[in-house]
Amino acid sequence: MYPSLLNFPGDLFAEVDALQRQMDRLLGSRGSTSSIRAVERGSFPAVNIGSTQDAIEIYVFAPGIDPGRVELTVDKGLLTIAGERQFPRADAGAKTSVYARERVEGTFRRVIALPEDADAERVDANYRDGVLRIRVQRREALRPRRIEVRDAA
Amino acid sequence: MTTPSQDIVERDAAAPEPAALTPTVNITEDDNGITLTADLPGATRDALSLRVDGDTLTLEAPIQLGESATLEPLYVERRAGRYLRSFTLSRELDSTRIDAALKDGVLTLRLPKLEQARPRRIEVRAA
Repeated sequence: MYPSLLNFPGDLFAEVDALQRQMDRLLGSRGSTSSIRAVERGSFPAVNIGSTQDAIEIYVFAPGIDPGRVELTVDKGLLTIAGERQFPRADAGAKTSVYARERVEGTFRRVIALPEDADAERVDANYRDGVLRIRVQRREALRPRRIEVRDAA
Repeated sequence: MTTPSQDIVERDAAAPEPAALTPTVNITEDDNGITLTADLPGATRDALSLRVDGDTLTLEAPIQLGESATLEPLYVERRAGRYLRSFTLSRELDSTRIDAALKDGVLTLRLPKLEQARPRRIEVRAA
């Protein structure tokens, strides 16, 4: 009845998520227009984007990666986050049974379109607790200028 | 017997808790025990809770991103505020000797088997 013994019905959100994924598959997710760079639900890594008045903050949920090997580039208003996740190799000789393999391994790449006022020169990133935090400063809005009306006489 | 959906509704009405995300796990077993690795990005060691209650192991951790107070969400794929997942342990696992390590959002749990549960060769006597 349930696809896996590991997931029990108490988890309402997983059920709604699974149902939404099924609907996406059936309807082809053409019901709502999505960004042209949108990825499939549940791709690794998940990304949250928010903005404050002076910056765009991006949170990439990528546990267990080597931050030194993440490629973070900004080009023509597009922020690209690319990297790879590798699990430590277990010794092949040991007799191991695998019961669950839900964690994603391999290369990943996310592309995010930054808003017009994002300043590509001022990008800051750090990695802590498995979350890559990227902060892109926004250019200050030009203060309204007063234009003097000349006397044309 | 209550149907599963009825059960969920009753349970939900009794204890409204903040939304939880089920973290992805990898589980393998070898001769000496079970190794479980879980993806918990945003979880910190001091806020992570690992509880063994009878034969149920519950893993719970709030997601702490440290966002700016004035942050306005633009695009959110991870909405939930915490991770939550439970497992039923089997009797041959020694729940008093669980080893847990958290690094870069990856939790590695080692559940050793009880001494007497390790695979043993059984000598076949000549009758």
